[in-house]
Amino acid sequence: MNNQREATIWIGGEAGEGIASAGDIFMKASARTGLGAFAHNSYQSVIRGGEVLLQIRAGAHPVPSQGGKWDYLIALNQNILDHHLGSAGPGAVALFNADTVKPSAAPSAAALRGIPVGELTADLPRNPVMQNTVLLGALMLLLKIPWEIFEGSIRAQFGKRKAELSDANVTAARRGWEFTDKHFPPPDERGLAGDGKRRIVITGNQAAALGAVAGGCKFYSAYPMTPASSILHWLAPRASRYGMLMKQAEDELAAINMAIGAGYAGVRAMVGTSGGGFALMTEAIGLAGMVEAPVVAVLSQRGGPSTGLATKTEQGDLFQALGASQGEFPKAVLAALDPVDTYYTVIEAHNLAEKYQMPVIVMMDLYLSEQTVILDPESLNPRVPIERGEVVQSVEGEYLRYRDTPNGVSPRALPGTPDGMHIAPSDAHNEQGVLISDWYTNPSMRTRMMNKRMRKMEGVLRDTETRAFLHEGPEDAELTIIGWGSTFHILEEARRALSDGGHPVRLIQFRTLWPFPAKKILPYLQGAKRIVCVENNYGGLLARLIRQETGVEIPYAVRKYDGEPFSIGPLKAALEAVLKKGAPAVQTLVSSELDLPVVFR
Amino acid sequence: MTTAAEYKSRVRQTWCSGCGDYGVLNALTNACAALGVERHNLVVVSGIGCSSDLPHFMSAYGIHTLHGRALPVAQGIKMANKDLTVVVTGGDGDGYGIGAGHFLHALRRNLDLTYIVMDNRIYGLTTGQASPTSDRGHKTKSTPAGNPECALNPLALAVVGGATFVGRGFSGEPVHLAEVIRRGIAHKGFSLVDVFSPCVTWNKINTYDWYRPRVVKMESEGHNPADRDAAIRQALREDKLPIGVIYEIDEPTFTDEEPSLQGEPLVKSRIGLTDEEWNKLIGEFG
Repeated sequence: MNNQREATIWIGGEAGEGIASAGDIFMKASARTGLGAFAHNSYQSVIRGGEVLLQIRAGAHPVPSQGGKWDYLIALNQNILDHHLGSAGPGAVALFNADTVKPSAAPSAAALRGIPVGELTADLPRNPVMQNTVLLGALMLLLKIPWEIFEGSIRAQFGKRKAELSDANVTAARRGWEFTDKHFPPPDERGLAGDGKRRIVITGNQAAALGAVAGGCKFYSAYPMTPASSILHWLAPRASRYGMLMKQAEDELAAINMAIGAGYAGVRAMVGTSGGGFALMTEAIGLAGMVEAPVVAVLSQRGGPSTGLATKTEQGDLFQALGASQGEFPKAVLAALDPVDTYYTVIEAHNLAEKYQMPVIVMMDLYLSEQTVILDPESLNPRVPIERGEVVQSVEGEYLRYRDTPNGVSPRALPGTPDGMHIAPSDAHNEQGVLISDWYTNPSMRTRMMNKRMRKMEGVLRDTETRAFLHEGPEDAELTIIGWGSTFHILEEARRALSDGGHPVRLIQFRTLWPFPAKKILPYLQGAKRIVCVENNYGGLLARLIRQETGVEIPYAVRKYDGEPFSIGPLKAALEAVLKKGAPAVQTLVSSELDLPVVFR
Repeated sequence: MTTAAEYKSRVRQTWCSGCGDYGVLNALTNACAALGVERHNLVVVSGIGCSSDLPHFMSAYGIHTLHGRALPVAQGIKMANKDLTVVVTGGDGDGYGIGAGHFLHALRRNLDLTYIVMDNRIYGLTTGQASPTSDRGHKTKSTPAGNPECALNPLALAVVGGATFVGRGFSGEPVHLAEVIRRGIAHKGFSLVDVFSPCVTWNKINTYDWYRPRVVKMESEGHNPADRDAAIRQALREDKLPIGVIYEIDEPTFTDEEPSLQGEPLVKSRIGLTDEEWNKLIGEFG
């Protein structure tokens, strides 16, 4: 009987000890056996050493978040075992290499299972990383993952070209598997059973890149920056197959300006960066607004300010995105919820950018960019609507690039179009593109052209209202939770848990931050009994935006800015506190080693 | 056949009377006419500064971008549509100051575009501060005691930085300048054409009369532009200011080297994936 509903597995060690590889194999095997799984990697900005902790939750598909306390721990060194024993759930099992790690003296609910890796792999090629595979073999036996699925996943991980390495790892995994079966086989009630449907494994950034390819993006330029770099990595070997160019630029200034040039020339163009890189791009965001060139910028937030928490998550860049560049111009700021939503949001961003000839910012964060999930492949539809906006094919009579039209959109003539020649200037200009700044200052033309550009926002608002926010739960809920972007699933999980506990709760999750859907959200806010805004930042940025745009003050806040995402236990406890009389206005959650909430007032 | 005059727009030219940039505009339109570049396939990209107004005065596609960012925008255009002829125009502050980082990388990237820098050794549009090419000791609004920094040497920098075409002209020698620009546009790869383009309002030192006795044409010196050492020697000369083609070599361009640019231009590339392409991609996530 495999009747555990789900299991939380932590794999911890130093960077370079093979955590990613073990995690990849685990995710592949889960996807192939019809399980759902969600992986969040907590790591440091070092290539070797440091402490890396991969938190995986696996179970019946779909799995929404990384879970709480662990049921299984693979400790690749002594520190990991010692640090995390306290976070064990009931019936937990810790697996480690008995040659190098000593059972901890600390009291723990977990069974400590040392595996003699050296003895089991004595006849195999010397490779110190092999211990992860032996321990993974032990884990897979405990979880009752079918051996042939597991073996296939190991072979897929190493590929046909590395047959020897693949064979050695399969043998190592088998030794761990057999040793465990002989010495501490799992009880009947343990183990996971998938539904047998084969699914795919994808990260948030891969979904962004896949959305770009499916959405017809032909130019991606970027300067490497965590956590956006993996978009670049995924595209680099694949772009040329799809008539697309991935260009690593000398800096973020070049990256965005190249993308604007490419967008001006008529291809769908995108950049990806994090907060610091986006700061460098902001002047050019305004250039795209002024010359009315389409461009999409993926802004994957990490902890700030400045270099901040380079490898940790945060939702601290909302106002940077809203305020990017001097002056006023049309733009859209969208937030993606999860990898599936990222795929569609990137495509929608390209449609908006071309339809309205403006910059569109897609907000992600490290948590979303780097989360690995298992998906039904059907959840990603390749037949997506492509709206390229108005482009002039041939010119009759006088062509005015910035024609003042009723909807503000002036049809574009792309370079190469006969008789469409014009100038696209970053200075204020008239309908032809001729400067009205400096020498020709013309207040009425300035006003008219500003009105023309800003009028586009009426269309953008109409087009983005349908995607503005999701809502789950009853209208008359005791509590309304508000969040944005990547916190969607953890908030939904908390909402369900509270609802199951007898408190009807509603969740409103924003997907469009600008243009702000003020009219649409207002009735939800006015009808709510008690509202709490949950954000991965210090200042309650969405709550401030809501107040600015609707006048509604959200009285309660749960915030977290320690670099880690919310986890279900502390989050649920904080939300329960909001339901009580005399609830604190602001609760700040901090992940401690024991994952207990620490509240600062 | 398009005449030189037809490459000019009807927009009123706003440079000061006597500005060297008029000579550059004339030389550029003459070079385009000589090469028979189709106006709708010509994109002139500029940054910010007096000289960056040049695209307004041309009848072609033009984009007047941000200060220092003309080169990245131009490179994005060229990468998106390799069939276009892309000419970048700007000044010494734009290209060698705020945009210097992009200049260095454009050199080694060797995309087929032509960068014309109207070098007047001063910031003109901001009314007369020192520029990266102002000589040491030059007194300007921002250096009243004389410029304490030495001047940047764009030609030497370009040769060692990986440029495949380095030329220089002088607005006071318009026929010669047009020929250098023509060769720059004709060159396959990144071409730098640095132009002595005097500012008659804010630079009273480096005037037409100052340049005339100092410039020396490479053609009359028997210079071999394919000789890198000779090119560096010319670029570093202190007795004279070389004009003409300093350096030209044939190297693969970015477009030749980049796998994504081997087929039709990106602008013509099909949007949407076939079932086969999609299934292959999704299969990679298995």
